[in-house]
Amino acid sequence: MSRQPYVRPISKTTWYMRNGRYKIYMLREMTSFLVVFYTFLTIVALSTLAADSPAAWQNFISSQQGPGMVVFHALALLYFLFFQTFPWFKLAPKAMPVQIGEKKLPGSYIVIGHYVAWVFISAVIFWLAGAL
Amino acid sequence: MAIAKKAVVWGLFAGGGTLTAFIYPALIALFLLIATGNVPAGLQYEQIHTFAASWVGKAVLFIVLFLSLWHAAHRLRVVAHDFGIRKDKLIANAVYLVATLGTLMTAFYLISIS
Repeated sequence: MSRQPYVRPISKTTWYMRNGRYKIYMLREMTSFLVVFYTFLTIVALSTLAADSPAAWQNFISSQQGPGMVVFHALALLYFLFFQTFPWFKLAPKAMPVQIGEKKLPGSYIVIGHYVAWVFISAVIFWLAGAL
Repeated sequence: MAIAKKAVVWGLFAGGGTLTAFIYPALIALFLLIATGNVPAGLQYEQIHTFAASWVGKAVLFIVLFLSLWHAAHRLRVVAHDFGIRKDKLIANAVYLVATLGTLMTAFYLISIS
C-alpha cells in the first residue's frame, strides 16, 4: 500500500488571489488581451485601406469616434503603460544584462536607455502620423 | 527538435513584447486622438494610403503586426493555463491558428494596398 501523497489544496482557477505579487502578475498578463484587440483593430484599419476607397476609410474613422471610445482608449493606454510598457523596461536589465569587460553596466542605465528610446520612438510615430 | 521550437517561440514572445512595449502606447494614443475627433493629418486617407502602399510602410506594418500577434498568442496560451485550463494542446492550436490567420490577413491586405 502506497501512502497517499499530500496535495496542497490550491485552487487552479483562483490561486493568484492569495498573494499580492501573483495578483500583479495576473494584472500584467491581462495586457495580452489589449495587444490582441489593438492588433486586430489595426488589421481592420488595413482592410478598409485595401478597399481602395476614401469613403471606406472615412467610415472606419467615424466608427471609431465617440465618448465611449475616448474613455476606453484612455483607460487602455494607462493600463498598458503601467502593466506592460513600464514593467517591460524594468525587467530589461535582468533579461539582457550588458557586460563591458569585467564590469556589468548598472541596471539603471539600461532602464533609462529604454525610456529615452521609448520617448524617441513615440515622437517619431506621432511625427509620422502628423500629430506632432 | 523541442529545444529548437522553444527558441523560436521564445524569440517571437520576447521580440513582440519589446515591440509592443515601445510602440503600442503610441498606437493606442493615435486611436484615442481619432476617438476625440482630432484625426491627425497623417491619418487622412491620402497620407495613410501612401504610407501603407510604400515598401517601407508595408515592411514596418507587417513586422509590428506579425510579432504582436505571435507575442499575444504565446501569452494567451500561458494565461489559459493560469486560469486553470489544462488542455494545452487545444489552447495552443487555437491561439496559434488565430495568430496564423491574423498574419495571413495582414499579408493579404498589405499586398492589396497599392
